Amino acid sequence: MPTIRFHLNGTATAVEADSDQTLLDVLRGRLGVTGPHFGCGANECGACYVMVGDHAMASCDMPMWSVADKKVTTIEGLGTAEQPHPLQRAFIAEQAMQCGYCVSGIMISAAALLKRNPSPTEAEVRAALDRNLCRCGSHNRMVRAVLRAASETAAS
Amino acid sequence: MTAPSPAPKLPVSLAANPKLSSWVRFTDEGHVAISPGKVEIGQGIVTALAQIAADELDVDIGRIEMIRASTASSPNEGVTSGSLSIQQSGRALRQVCAEVRQLFLAVASERLGVDASRLDINDGTISGPGNVRTSYWELAGEVSLDRDASAGATAKLAAARGVAGHSVQRVDIPDKVFARPRFIHDRPLPGLLHGRVLRPDISGARLIALDEDAARGVPGLVAIAREGGFAGVVAETEAAAEAALKALRKGATWSAGEPLPDEDDLAGFLRSQPVETTIIDTRTSAATKKAAYTLRRQYTRPYIAHASIAPSCAMAQWNGDRVRVWTHSQGVYLLRADLAIVLKLPVESIIVEHTEGAGCYGHNAADDVALDAVLLAKAAAGHPVRVQWSRHDEMSHAPFGAAMAIEIEADLDADNEIIGWRHAIWSNGHAARPGRAAQPALLAATEIANPYPRMISSNPPAANGGGGDRNSVPLYDLPAWTITSHRLLTMPVRTSALRTLGGQGNVFAIESLLDEIVALRGEDPIEFRLRHLRDERAKDVIRAAARRAHWKPQKRAGVGHGVGFARYKNTGAYCAAIAEIEGADDIRVKRLTLAVDVGEAINPDGVINQIEGGAIQATSWVLKERVRFDRTHITSTSWTDYPILTFSEVPAVDVEIIQRPEIEPVGAGEAAHGPVTAAIANAVFDCLGVRVRDLPITRDRIIAAMELAS
Repeated sequence: MPTIRFHLNGTATAVEADSDQTLLDVLRGRLGVTGPHFGCGANECGACYVMVGDHAMASCDMPMWSVADKKVTTIEGLGTAEQPHPLQRAFIAEQAMQCGYCVSGIMISAAALLKRNPSPTEAEVRAALDRNLCRCGSHNRMVRAVLRAASETAAS
Repeated sequence: MTAPSPAPKLPVSLAANPKLSSWVRFTDEGHVAISPGKVEIGQGIVTALAQIAADELDVDIGRIEMIRASTASSPNEGVTSGSLSIQQSGRALRQVCAEVRQLFLAVASERLGVDASRLDINDGTISGPGNVRTSYWELAGEVSLDRDASAGATAKLAAARGVAGHSVQRVDIPDKVFARPRFIHDRPLPGLLHGRVLRPDISGARLIALDEDAARGVPGLVAIAREGGFAGVVAETEAAAEAALKALRKGATWSAGEPLPDEDDLAGFLRSQPVETTIIDTRTSAATKKAAYTLRRQYTRPYIAHASIAPSCAMAQWNGDRVRVWTHSQGVYLLRADLAIVLKLPVESIIVEHTEGAGCYGHNAADDVALDAVLLAKAAAGHPVRVQWSRHDEMSHAPFGAAMAIEIEADLDADNEIIGWRHAIWSNGHAARPGRAAQPALLAATEIANPYPRMISSNPPAANGGGGDRNSVPLYDLPAWTITSHRLLTMPVRTSALRTLGGQGNVFAIESLLDEIVALRGEDPIEFRLRHLRDERAKDVIRAAARRAHWKPQKRAGVGHGVGFARYKNTGAYCAAIAEIEGADDIRVKRLTLAVDVGEAINPDGVINQIEGGAIQATSWVLKERVRFDRTHITSTSWTDYPILTFSEVPAVDVEIIQRPEIEPVGAGEAAHGPVTAAIANAVFDCLGVRVRDLPITRDRIIAAMELAS
């Protein structure tokens, strides 16, 4: 098995993996990074999203070979309880979920959006989250949370 | 002589589990462990229950530690369903905590030499005049809670509650935002192996032969398990389990299966099957007014998938002839009962422990996958085995919400006033949950050697809100009616409980036909409903929604407004909804305005969250959702084939709560679906002048309805 090197949440990481093994499988299995969730395995629901560079992408169908030398950010890399990302603060403030299974992928999509567009409109937030599914119906709270995070970041 | 006053009655969950210590314990670190029998399924119940406990005990909510339900120690509260958790668990905990508080005050009074009535409790510290003080934790050794509840204690008056009735942040959200493992899917266990089960693509097919050779060659394979028609793999990693399953599938031979109905003629199928017929309710009128004519209308709703974002998952570990199971089932004791039947073990040999999953919205595959894990773990030599279903299996093998055909005949007089009403339902039963019958309801039980038959869904009794007949008896004061339920005795498509059971379909039918009659009369739909309701709480939610939506908005081309109302189960939460839609061939729901009355709203923001979520999920059902199948396969096995509402399609949702702190609380999770469904359908008529009576309301259905009307 080849050794594949990439940056995971700011840390240089090397794993031995089949090059067509999926990133999600390596994250959740070997590396014990369980923030990204399995939902469909077909890049249709967004539960497994991670940032590769500045782009939110599905990790469930992303082969390891394509990750070599890339910067990968999962929800674990956004922030911690001690040093939360503005999105994490905002999702708590807006109580922006019901079950929360989709939330890690949604925060990744939102984080990627805020990187490329720090002051999105509501319609832009919705468009950016359209590839993420939520079954509980917490969409509007999540949109409010993303807008809150954007405005708090702008104000600080 | 006066008759003795009747003994006070314990809340139902407490009567079944009277021991105080099974609900509440004071732990060493200044914490209070609260053990409900109900479970978190994303609805925020553990937070609301923590609020109730914090309030009655007068401790900070931060001291409350909510214990997950387990058959090892928790009260048995049956299943977390039917919007009953606040009613059952909440009332029990309020009563328990009130009594515990009273017991501690009595002991504190003796210890401190101060009359109990002069003692205060503040964050668990009990104090009185002269600066005397003690605490729950200091006294915990002196107060035994291993005693039965007496029903003698009185809970605080509504005005004295400081936590319940106010919005608090949910206790589970920080873990989910910071990705601290909380879901069963993320939970590491030492030595964990991974399992996958082989299931047919053809509906109802049985495994008749299996060539295991290819699968045996997959690196990382630990075992292939086979019991009759049940087969699966255990491997060191998920990837290896997937690879082994793929290899195993190539070696499988299946029987022909059982034919599925014609997806395009659901009503024809439902109305032609053998049924069990029940008269749900009749009302006769003394007046013998003659009907000028009768309107007869048929409404249908399709099979609807629970379609949780997370595929169902469970873990199991054998130790000799004892097994421990981790599950996101809604009923740990009920699951245990079914496992005991299948395994032929006493229930004491099985521990079933709840661990959170994603939202399930009813009886999905949570219980099925638990038996899968138990059976596969037999081959794992004492290792725990984690089984996770595929998206495909989740969308094809889990139970669905039942399809329904509903026919209403309304007898109208010359003024188009309703003088008679006949409502008939054809549907499979809406519940086939585990733990309630002599036979198991779990999927693998129908696959093993000496298989059990597939359990045909039944309906809960009317006293529990009914099933297919849920919400079929109008809350409106009509002079006469007959309500009939025809439950199918065949079940080619597996059905069980989905949010509201038959409530969504029945409210859609009733409120649609009322709207049609309102239009014939040229009356305002709000006025019509108020005129036919006697219940002031019902009228209040309708008035509140109307006020909030500025009823009736001016007519604009391409825009429609509609109203829907129901009291869930006719005994639960009141909810009125007003929909604003834009429509041409496709319908866009722009705004939903709702008013809701759940009695005392323990966590108002939690109630709003549930109502918003229910409204959005109902919009998704109405506009998009329909389980697809041909005559041999369920074909909607991916998100592409079973689309749900996306962020850009979600309407604005505005919710008003009518807070009634003095009235016993009821649940909110299923209150919005029926009213929202009806409001959207009625708005479609307002916008396009056409009645769509078959859900979902898609472009094709609108065109079909227009052709029918012309």
